[in-house]
Amino acid sequence: MHKIFIRSFVSSLVFLFTLTVAAVAKDVKAAFVYIGPTGDHGWTYQHDVGRKAVEAAGFKTTYVEGVPESADAERVLRQLANSGHDVIFTTSFGYMNPTNKVAKEFPNVKFEHATGYKREHPNVSTYAARFYEGRTILGTIAGTMTKSNVIGYVASFPIPEVIRGINSFTLAAQKVNPNIKTKIVWAFTWYDPGKEAEAAKALIDQGADVIAQHTDSTAIVQIAEKAGVYAFGQASDMDKFAPKAVLTSVENNWGPYYVDRVKAVANGTWSQKDTWHGIGDGMVVISSLDSQMPADLQSKVKKLQADLASGKVHSFTGPIYDQKGNLMVAEGKTADDGMLAGMMTYVKGVEGDIPK
Amino acid sequence: MIIDINFVGLIITSIMASAVPLILASCGELITERSGVLNLGVEGMMIIGAISGFALMTVTGSLFIAVFGAMLAGVLISTIFAFLTQTLITNHVATGLALTIFGIGISAMIGKNFVGIPGKEFPVLFNSLKDSIPFLSPILFGHSIVFYFAFALPFFTNYFLKKTKIGLIVRAVGDSPESASNQGINVRLVRYACILYGGAMCGLAGAYLSMIYTPQWIENMTGGRGWIALALVVFSTWNPIKILIGAMIFGGLTIIQFHMQAMGVRIPVQFLTALPYIVTIVVLVVISRDSRKIRLSTPSSLGKSFYKDN
Repeated sequence: MHKIFIRSFVSSLVFLFTLTVAAVAKDVKAAFVYIGPTGDHGWTYQHDVGRKAVEAAGFKTTYVEGVPESADAERVLRQLANSGHDVIFTTSFGYMNPTNKVAKEFPNVKFEHATGYKREHPNVSTYAARFYEGRTILGTIAGTMTKSNVIGYVASFPIPEVIRGINSFTLAAQKVNPNIKTKIVWAFTWYDPGKEAEAAKALIDQGADVIAQHTDSTAIVQIAEKAGVYAFGQASDMDKFAPKAVLTSVENNWGPYYVDRVKAVANGTWSQKDTWHGIGDGMVVISSLDSQMPADLQSKVKKLQADLASGKVHSFTGPIYDQKGNLMVAEGKTADDGMLAGMMTYVKGVEGDIPK
Repeated sequence: MIIDINFVGLIITSIMASAVPLILASCGELITERSGVLNLGVEGMMIIGAISGFALMTVTGSLFIAVFGAMLAGVLISTIFAFLTQTLITNHVATGLALTIFGIGISAMIGKNFVGIPGKEFPVLFNSLKDSIPFLSPILFGHSIVFYFAFALPFFTNYFLKKTKIGLIVRAVGDSPESASNQGINVRLVRYACILYGGAMCGLAGAYLSMIYTPQWIENMTGGRGWIALALVVFSTWNPIKILIGAMIFGGLTIIQFHMQAMGVRIPVQFLTALPYIVTIVVLVVISRDSRKIRLSTPSSLGKSFYKDN
């Protein structure tokens, strides 16, 4: 009697538990896999802002921080797919192969991979932002605001994303000021405030009066503030860290895309896509312009922003030459996405070599 | 190319500023190690100091409370280490590693609410004299009090270990805890004190990073400097003056390689990035070749637990 009671009690508990799980699984659940900590105030931080937008839109989300781009990523993805998540966003380039591998095993789960190009299965989409459009605007501002004609650029790692940014920035700066020089320092880190600060200081000591960065921390704009030179915010609005130095910031705005895609999963309208959005679609946002910029520059920047958004102006419009003087893009043509995605040569006017 | 003397002064100033956290943490760890305790938790204690300093500065608004709070936080976390290794006689290496992992984790947890907040301006001393003498004045004037303290510390530490009675006791405990104990020295008490002092200095080193050098908090902001400080102690053969030299070379090469890049010197960047590590080790090994002196300054019971039956 006693045993039967326990048995029926346990089985009813299990039954109830299954019911609850089934009820929860009906709502769409999104998972996010991050390369760094959400506290980096840079790349991962902005993805997490996007995740919060999904949450605000009424969906359940989970995230896993600091997932290495190795076999660990596969394990994490498999577990997320197994635990009732309907869509999984993998937010770093190195998750490309693990994402495709796990996607094959879970055809009913949707996978969204940031900054990659492999979509081997119908349930894998890729998305990225055209940050180089933002850098065209920064280049225009830097070329106009510099007095020493030396612009410093703190770079992270020699990958197409970063090279594309340097090129786009330099082309825009040369257009408004043919005399400028872009000095590049490779910090070989995405974020290490101390190292970034030292790199920026070296550039300032060598005469740079505008500093651009492709690393994530706010150390560089703080150094610029102390030294009395100009700088630009990276990934998020960094104005409050250096109110005098920061002229504007290029923000990564993933929220609208994330909400859109999770809603598509909920409505059953999700389909495979390759998204590369820029200023026009609001994935790249230019923060408010600093009042130190002259009025004509401000209006010029606003017009450029509108033209980039509408597609009237392209960041890579020919004629563009590489450092050796070979033609990269012919006059009147623009660089296609294939060329942009694999860009590993400097344009004319950039000093130094790309580290191999 | 003419190199401006003021420009050289600026570079030296940057080098000194980047060496400060290494000097502080290394000199603290040096005392701990001279008492025979190997604490591999330097990185963890630094990061705890960094978040504590930044958090207290943001919450209380007082720089004084923040700096002392960071040192106190270093003391508190090293008390855990001291209790485990000295009272419960756990293994130094394993406990130290655990301390680092614990420090990184808990700092990230506390730090969640402090991401994206700009730090406060830290007051500098003698700022009005900054333009008085070319070359020398940017090096000498216009720095924070922690900066001056860091550059005095190796000399104080040297004096303390060589010329004071307490310094002698610390060294005796590190060399032969048994003999020291037989002389009536409370080995456990001395080691506790040295561990706590090391914690305070590491906390200060972390606070320098998050409050003065790059006033902000982000996770993992010490970026491995604790490990470099630890390596400096060993490669300097437990000599505070050589720690100063090592920290300057390390900081110097990091900054000079950035300058070489900006000048467009055509050396592979990866090689330049590795240079500080290689040269610091080579130089310290070369200046510490005298094996008799190494034997004299190496704490012979380093990392060994001490039991006392009573």
